[in-house]
Amino acid sequence: MPKDTSLQSILLIGSGPIVIGQAAEFDYSGTQACIALKEEGYRVILVNNNPATIMTDEVHADAVYFEPLTVEAVEAIIAKERPDGLLATFGGQTGLNMAFQLHEAGVLEKYGVRLLGTPIEAIKRGEDREAFRALMHELGEPVPESEIVTSVEEAVAFAEQIGFPIIIRPAYTLGGTGGGIAENMEQFLALVEKGLAESPIRQCLIERSVAGFKEIEYEVMRDQSNTCITVCNMENVDPVGIHTGDSIVVAPSQTLTDEEYQMLRSSAVKIISALGIIGGCNIQFALDPNSKQYYLIEVNPRVSRSSALASKATGYPIARIAAKLAVGYTLAELVNPVTKTTYASFEPALDYVVVKFPRLPFDKFPHADRKLGTQMKATGEVMAIDRNMERAFQKAVQSLEGKNNGLFGPELAAKANDELKQLLVDKDDRRFFAILELLRRGVAVEEIHEWTKIDRFFLASFERLVVLEKQAAATTIDTIDEPTFRFLKEKGFSDAFLAETWGVSELDVRKKRKELGITPSYKMVDTCAAEFHSETDYYYSTYFGEDERKKASGKEKVLIIGAGPIRIGQGIEFDYSSVHSVFALQKEGYETVMINNNPETVSTDFAVADRLYFEPLTLESVLDVIEAEQIKHVIVQFGGQTAINLVKGLEEAGVPLLGVTYDMIDQLEDRDRFYQLLEDLDIPHVPGLMANNAEELAAKAAEIGYPVLLRPSYVIGGRGMFIVHSEAQLAALIEQGELTYPILIDAYLDGKEAEADIATDGTDILLPTIIEHVEKAGVHSGDSYAWLPAQTLTDEEKAKIIDYAGRIAKKLGFKGIMNIQYVIADGNVYVLEVNPRASRTVPIVSKTTGVPLAQIATKLLLGKSLVDIVDDKARGLAVMPYAVLKYPVFSSHKLPGVDPMVGPEMKSTGEGISIAATKEEAAYKAFYPYLQKKANANEIYVIGNIDAELEAEMTAKQLTIVSDGSFADWVKRDTALAVINLGKEEDEANKRMTALSRQLLVFTERETLKLFLQALDVDHLDVQPIHGWLEKKKQAEQAVIA
Amino acid sequence: MKAYLHVASGKTFSGELAAPLEEKVSGEIVFFTGMTGYQEVLTDPSYKNQIIVFTYPLIGNYGINEDDFESKRPHVEAVVVYEASREGFHYGAKYSLAEYLQHWNIPLLTHVDTRALVKEIRTAGTMMAELSLSPIPAVADEEAVFPVRAVSTKTIETYGEAGPHLVLIDFGYKKSILQSLLARGCRVTVVPHDTAPEAIDALKPDGLVLSNGPGDPKQLSPQLPAIRRLIDRYPTLAICLGHQLVALAYGADTEKLRFGHRGANQPVWDAVKQNVMMTSQNHSYVVKEGSLVGAPFDIRFINVNDGSVEGIVHRHKPILSVQYHPEAHPGPHDTGYIFDEFLQTVFKGENVYA
Repeated sequence: MPKDTSLQSILLIGSGPIVIGQAAEFDYSGTQACIALKEEGYRVILVNNNPATIMTDEVHADAVYFEPLTVEAVEAIIAKERPDGLLATFGGQTGLNMAFQLHEAGVLEKYGVRLLGTPIEAIKRGEDREAFRALMHELGEPVPESEIVTSVEEAVAFAEQIGFPIIIRPAYTLGGTGGGIAENMEQFLALVEKGLAESPIRQCLIERSVAGFKEIEYEVMRDQSNTCITVCNMENVDPVGIHTGDSIVVAPSQTLTDEEYQMLRSSAVKIISALGIIGGCNIQFALDPNSKQYYLIEVNPRVSRSSALASKATGYPIARIAAKLAVGYTLAELVNPVTKTTYASFEPALDYVVVKFPRLPFDKFPHADRKLGTQMKATGEVMAIDRNMERAFQKAVQSLEGKNNGLFGPELAAKANDELKQLLVDKDDRRFFAILELLRRGVAVEEIHEWTKIDRFFLASFERLVVLEKQAAATTIDTIDEPTFRFLKEKGFSDAFLAETWGVSELDVRKKRKELGITPSYKMVDTCAAEFHSETDYYYSTYFGEDERKKASGKEKVLIIGAGPIRIGQGIEFDYSSVHSVFALQKEGYETVMINNNPETVSTDFAVADRLYFEPLTLESVLDVIEAEQIKHVIVQFGGQTAINLVKGLEEAGVPLLGVTYDMIDQLEDRDRFYQLLEDLDIPHVPGLMANNAEELAAKAAEIGYPVLLRPSYVIGGRGMFIVHSEAQLAALIEQGELTYPILIDAYLDGKEAEADIATDGTDILLPTIIEHVEKAGVHSGDSYAWLPAQTLTDEEKAKIIDYAGRIAKKLGFKGIMNIQYVIADGNVYVLEVNPRASRTVPIVSKTTGVPLAQIATKLLLGKSLVDIVDDKARGLAVMPYAVLKYPVFSSHKLPGVDPMVGPEMKSTGEGISIAATKEEAAYKAFYPYLQKKANANEIYVIGNIDAELEAEMTAKQLTIVSDGSFADWVKRDTALAVINLGKEEDEANKRMTALSRQLLVFTERETLKLFLQALDVDHLDVQPIHGWLEKKKQAEQAVIA
Repeated sequence: MKAYLHVASGKTFSGELAAPLEEKVSGEIVFFTGMTGYQEVLTDPSYKNQIIVFTYPLIGNYGINEDDFESKRPHVEAVVVYEASREGFHYGAKYSLAEYLQHWNIPLLTHVDTRALVKEIRTAGTMMAELSLSPIPAVADEEAVFPVRAVSTKTIETYGEAGPHLVLIDFGYKKSILQSLLARGCRVTVVPHDTAPEAIDALKPDGLVLSNGPGDPKQLSPQLPAIRRLIDRYPTLAICLGHQLVALAYGADTEKLRFGHRGANQPVWDAVKQNVMMTSQNHSYVVKEGSLVGAPFDIRFINVNDGSVEGIVHRHKPILSVQYHPEAHPGPHDTGYIFDEFLQTVFKGENVYA
């Protein structure tokens, strides 16, 4: 059936700011949906308050609304735009919940908006546990004994009846928030209480735990003709009990017989048909490792993290096809976009194996609870492809950018066997490395299987790697023979690991390897195991067999190094810049080559760059691609710190980098050289010194004078940074052993903080707007609220900011894009740091000023001059007759043990924006979804002291200040609105964490609190698409010129 | 030990033997794209005399069990993979892949760039190949063998207690066809491929099933008049080779595909249900669409990828004939309803035309 021509415009709901459980994968799916709908000629209206996304580019939608994802805001957009259809299955759980709420509130009916794709009844049946269980019962599909409970009493009755272990899953939450497995009544009561609190409908599903079963997922698609296909199945290496988002996952399944594979597939097809889904659906099963008994665990009636992974793992673009199905097409009439010679109604055949590893945030949060369970904790993931299991595992590990040396986990060698065993029993995130360490020490596979329930197939693969490690260690770079070397490479041992093993440099290993003629081949991901000719240049490396890359177009090639997995401090913003760079290069007539390993992103959509390499972002893999493709130009400025970290090695290997040299980076990152640079340029910098040990540190801190800011060199996301107010506090830190040397000591200036993103050709600069942080210096820029344009800076301060940026760019002769951070204190503007790369704020600046910074920077990297591409008049600060507020979004409530207090270490996972005519309205938009949930709340709990001015302001706003009584009782009250702890006392961390676990706002900065109080004065919100605001900007600029 | 696979197009692929080879074997080389189901493939009689290449690189992970055989023994001439698991890790595994093949003296060649080999087959078409201990190519011509005779039963045997009585003519049937019928409450008598029509009449069947089998259907030309007589008399379900024989019996023609359909993901459009099913397939030969013009059949099933004929139904008589494998094993179970449709015609008792 062809597309539905009764539709003209479609509203698409995005997933909002990045949180754990809902990350970049929904930018990928949303972008695909936008492209799919636009190419069918529909007017696409998009609502998503996440500015870092690619989907919210004007090219992907006709109207983009950065508005809160609430029923009221979306209704206002519907009233304004009057879309014919609504597509809600591309915005994760947020989108699905929104569709459900709009339906329940009668909004869809009122405005005659049709829900496209999966019907509301199917969403309900998939999401409402009771309805779902009833349907499964009808179909004869087994689900574990379970019960929906809305009270602790009901839960206890169930537990007494079936016994433990029992799994607790709160209804309608992201990434299984609040759930867990209880082994006894005590744990059970705690989890049930928490789960009920987390669920927006105060409902939990409690069920018999099938922990230890194999966890198998199917990605299924269905069209309106009831054609059903399974795009891919995936097997979690970690058995049921660890959230699939935190599990090591392989595709396709490795340990299932055809009988088992087809049994689960038939069940999946039966379920998707019965639910009546149109589009994509993820179905999770638990399979008994010792029989054919299986249980259905979960159904997600929408595209998901798993579907993004499946799309990249197979080449089958699930979201794109799902969007076409939603507007009426059937699978058999859509062409397979990879082969371009076959159709979408088939099931991909893989002739390689895919491994996904989660990227967990415990390097940033060493004190957080590292146990994995049903609540997802990973911020991102990496994917690796190879023809054998061992190298696929190794590539995935290399892609994590962790501290491991090959398969040796950091700090595990010092642990006793019992301690390592405990990590396995606890399902600690370090379990993979712990298993390898135990195997290395001769612990039997059988024992490890007993402790982990991981299938022996995978453990045997790990054991094979340990044997090969020993084989490598028994040779030297001089004695190794060609077949052994080749086999070690085939099984994934990196040059860096071999260098470490042999005590030589990585480039020595590389040289030797190439002398022996051992280089990788590249094979194609083609959806069909080579059965049909395929048109798509999507490649992975392997060390066995022929290279099958297609001939290049003959155009000049540019390599863009991606940013790898999403982690705290390096999020989706970097993917935005990478993708924009690709677009700019293509417009300029270059052939673009992308290397990245993050399956969630748009940059790893094979339809984006001309050639895609799914590889670890290590020096070795990047050099291999550069050599294989004979690349002359490499761009490192859009891949975050990941790409910047490769600069030194690439330069040493003689690779020409566009716009930047290692010396420039070193001048900016080496504190001494950096301060020298600023002094040469007559730019004030914060007084700072460096210490090599604890004694020096104490002496130099005293010399600078407290408060001081301590930080290691070369950091991103503020890892290991501390503000120290006194000698005593410093002594305590030294005592705790938290510091690593050499350490940088800066005076901590209690001033305003601002930053700017600039594009430069080394002569002129383009600085579209200055971002001013709400909080004072000392709060990480990623965790601060911030205004665009700056709201309180004087013209003189702004002029200095621009002037200093120009001086730095010119002095360095830097080309491309950079981010500069400033502190404004005592009438001075200090330059705090310069990042020679695209920053977190590039997308937000580009979107709210209308200046495509990453694209302009790309052109500058190619050698164009700024005066030629940007008009003189357009190079000044943008006139913005509106206020843009960027606000951080934290996932800390999913990470027990993480203190919500903000400081120099970044903790947020994402960001949102609100745009309004006034600052107050913008502040209101930022806090309004929270305030709505707390409609009856008016109590503020104050821990420690607040000043009289704040107290008066709160009282004036009818807020009740509470400062005594049981805090634990108070947080449970409906009247609890927020917690204030401006003193940030270390020993109050528990209260802050308790508040957080109840999802209460915690203010530890006076300025954030003031912003919140400002928001309380507003009671309305207007919705406006971004092009509306930019239109106002244009008018204002013309008025200025006139 | 190293061994060499020489394909008729002139290329040689080297690999390591994991199950022994005495000097050399030869056969037609074909590839299977399913990611599971190697045990079923090895024991499917339709692969008689063929060298099978598995495109999925890790084969043997779950070993060989006692339940998933499609016949009593493996029929392939040789097996080619990238990696064969040394052990079968499944609870049901009785042997490793190599142990099982060794038991039947079938060579297993590992560490081969199977993707490159598949691309060669895709380009050059299905061809003869020789697996040899010698690196010097010497590919034998296609021998004029008659594989159906080698795999078809020599005796008549009845399975099941009650229910409608079906005669399954065995051209090399897969056990799953028999099981699909037994599971639906039928009594099934399996007879040799060349059983005379009178002998079948004497069994008083309520319906007839023509099984799958190896090789070129035209090798069975002498049998076509007998087949025609039988299918005109009894409700008939024909599968794979059986389907090709139905078409030939009605004067249509068959031809060889360049590299056949072998896998678990072949999309087939059903003109009656108006949607697409994923099917399991294993065939080199196909019924020529144009040759059906004069025949009293409607084309009900079409391959979405290449538009080839995947199944036909007689306009007036209860003859249902499919190219794909509704019994699955390996592969998706989406088309099991074909057995139900067939059995409905059997239950109606439409077996008197004479």
